[in-house]
Amino acid sequence: MTDTPIRILIAKPGLDGHDRGAKVLARGLRDEGFEVIYTGLRQTPEMIADAAEQEDVDVVGLSILSGAHMALLPRTVELLRSRGMSDVLVAAGGIIPDADVAKLKEAGVAEIFGPGTSIGQIARYFREHVRRA
Amino acid sequence: MVDELGSGERRPLARLLTRIENGDPSVRGELSALFAAGHGAHVVGITGPPGSGKSTLVNALIGEWRRRGRRVGVLAVDPSSPYTRGAILGDRIRMMEHAADRDVFVRSMASRGELGGLASTTWIAAAALDAAGYDPVLIETVGAGQSEVEVARLAETTVVVEVPDMGDEVQAIKAGLLEIADIIAVNKGDRPGADRAARQLRAMLSTAGGRVQRKPPPIMLTTATTGDGVAALVDAIEAHRSAAREPLAARDRAAHQLRRALADVAGRRAADDPDWDRIVQQVADRSIDPLSGAEALYSRAAPHQHLATIALRNRSPGTLLVGLIGAANLPADEDPRDLMVGLAPFADAARRLGLDVSDLFERAAAGSGGRHAELIREFGRRSDVTLDAFGWRIVELPEGPAYRSTL
Repeated sequence: MTDTPIRILIAKPGLDGHDRGAKVLARGLRDEGFEVIYTGLRQTPEMIADAAEQEDVDVVGLSILSGAHMALLPRTVELLRSRGMSDVLVAAGGIIPDADVAKLKEAGVAEIFGPGTSIGQIARYFREHVRRA
Repeated sequence: MVDELGSGERRPLARLLTRIENGDPSVRGELSALFAAGHGAHVVGITGPPGSGKSTLVNALIGEWRRRGRRVGVLAVDPSSPYTRGAILGDRIRMMEHAADRDVFVRSMASRGELGGLASTTWIAAAALDAAGYDPVLIETVGAGQSEVEVARLAETTVVVEVPDMGDEVQAIKAGLLEIADIIAVNKGDRPGADRAARQLRAMLSTAGGRVQRKPPPIMLTTATTGDGVAALVDAIEAHRSAAREPLAARDRAAHQLRRALADVAGRRAADDPDWDRIVQQVADRSIDPLSGAEALYSRAAPHQHLATIALRNRSPGTLLVGLIGAANLPADEDPRDLMVGLAPFADAARRLGLDVSDLFERAAAGSGGRHAELIREFGRRSDVTLDAFGWRIVELPEGPAYRSTL
């Protein structure tokens, strides 16, 4: 099973309309051998959890620049857990103040990738941390 | 696992689809139950060139079928990179408005190296959606060129999506995509020239003759972004359902699926063969051609004797008897020595399972139709039968022991 591609859902929760970073990441992870399900802009946590459930992904990657991360990220984690997807890795990227990082990790976000993180680093993190039943 | 599908819960279905996609060996044992649990969903293929609006049209079709009270399943296939095996699965982005609808299930699949516009496991995934109560099941192919026609052999109804500016009239008479269409949707119908394109296609396809047996497909004008023409398209798809279920059409699809499955079974069994590496090397060295290599592997993977292997592994006297009857049921002019070679693994397996060998062969003789009955009975009473003497040996494979010919 380890040689089957890792499936990741990349979504942009909230209202900001800037998805360049998310698309670059999607493309980069494709080149790293991931199957990337890209769901686009302006997703609610409910939509993200519903899509993640149907796609049975290993990772949910959330790109967020709007400043609403303290509301949207814990809510997405909570919805995933309530649907029985407790082994799904939730990671976030974007501009998130250091002060919030610890709180988000406490809420179940596995890792936060700030500006300047290379795609190779992100891919390596996912390969090392994805858990499969 | 299969009985959980009826609950309407999404999670068991999603997990099953993952095992299907990954070729997990556990799926094999559940396949019969999966097909038995099907409700006969209408399987509809949606294909067409990249950018013709397939995903947007599928989204509109979901909406229309939901208005008609149906539960809709979708498999959306996108290509995998041949270099990294990675993929961007982006069809779903057009369908997110249905993400929260509990009666819509959308699953993205990467083609994982399969040509033809689908993944090799798409047919099993479609059966899983059927068993979970989705009807119709829509299969959106990768953006198709002229030869990604596999979907037409899997789906009962194939919709080919075209756009108004598809090129000159020669494009419409080339073989391939248009030929497999049961229905053609000229999408982006609000563009200038859409009506003219539909008229041209209609004129072109209505003059088909010669060896073409089928009626020209209906040509529908749709605008997926506004929903124009979508209800009429659903009507046309529904109307095609009964034609797709005529015995001849159903047989054609079944024959194709069987051929695919046969290639799959033979391929897997050959890859288990201890001589696989040697024959691969011979083909690489050009000392034999690939077809001769395949025939060498195939003749060794004798199908009846494979049942002796299965019976030995599963300790199943029933399987052993079925295989033995198959092996015994040879044409009357068969050399009796060849017949005895074929029987030896069964005598060996019966002994290893602690069965009464002469009784088993007695029952096989009764079931074999009588042509070689006496020889079979006699063989069952012999006490000097060894694998080695009849050109067989047992090899140990990761999944268990297997009978292999040494001849």
